[in-house]
Amino acid sequence: MSWDSLENFLAMGGYAFYVWGSYLVTLGLVVAEIVLLALRRRSALAGLRRHGTGAQGYR
Amino acid sequence: MNWFKYSSPQTFFPLAGKLAVWFGVLAAIACAVGLYLGFFVAPTDAQQGEAYRIIFVHVPAAWMSMFLYLVMAFWAGLGLAFNTRLSGMMASAIAPTGALFTFLALWTGSLWGKPTWGTWWVWDARLTSELILLFLYFGFIALQAAIDDPRRADKAGAVLALVGVVNIPIIYFSVKWWNTLHQGASVSLTKAPTMAATMLTGMAVMAFGFWFYSIAAALMRARCIMLERERASEWAADYARGSA
Repeated sequence: MSWDSLENFLAMGGYAFYVWGSYLVTLGLVVAEIVLLALRRRSALAGLRRHGTGAQGYR
Repeated sequence: MNWFKYSSPQTFFPLAGKLAVWFGVLAAIACAVGLYLGFFVAPTDAQQGEAYRIIFVHVPAAWMSMFLYLVMAFWAGLGLAFNTRLSGMMASAIAPTGALFTFLALWTGSLWGKPTWGTWWVWDARLTSELILLFLYFGFIALQAAIDDPRRADKAGAVLALVGVVNIPIIYFSVKWWNTLHQGASVSLTKAPTMAATMLTGMAVMAFGFWFYSIAAALMRARCIMLERERASEWAADYARGSA
């Protein structure tokens, strides 16, 4: 373990911007992908309920 | 086991849902363990200080960017050869996640390059070929989005994906073929790794985490694509009614 305090951990030996800039953007994009997938699923299901088999007016 | 049983969207849909949950759980566990190893077990690097800890996300993301492209091209090629519906859906489902990891490889590489090389970006062979990979993913996604008929979109995308495979060995061997800025591989199949064992373990566990995450995300996206494309079929409508 290289850290004796939370401040030291967050400071990353002076490289905080680079290290946390990498990890936070990774986390942000992964969360964004999961949210977009959930939204896409919801709209696909809503579309099916409106226009799926048995509903009128699809194609 | 009859593999063809799962080659139709109707039978693959529920299986994909179960697999996605399991791989999502495995991804969360592997990433938690990998981050713990990377931040709390692996020592400070003698030359790079703490900046090197970026590699725990950079290297697995770069591996996934190339690996996912090969898997995408494999599915695309299978669809082109055998005209199976599901193959094209799998290729389309992988592309955005592949693009995500390609972007992350470039982004984290840039943040690592600034403190260690002194520059955000250079037109080095490795960096340039990885950027081309990002454009190949974008091109694949854009081409498919531009064609209304999904079967034709699959075919056009498959040709692009297969032609683009030539870029993968170029990325992989770029650090050997051209002597530019990006360093050679620290981990290879033929030589002993040139890094501390705990660093290597952390990187490997993170790679498994990203791999499992990619499987989960691609399966979830494949399920969306199945629902979107199978609108005219009974099972999709039933499923939508059941999950109201």
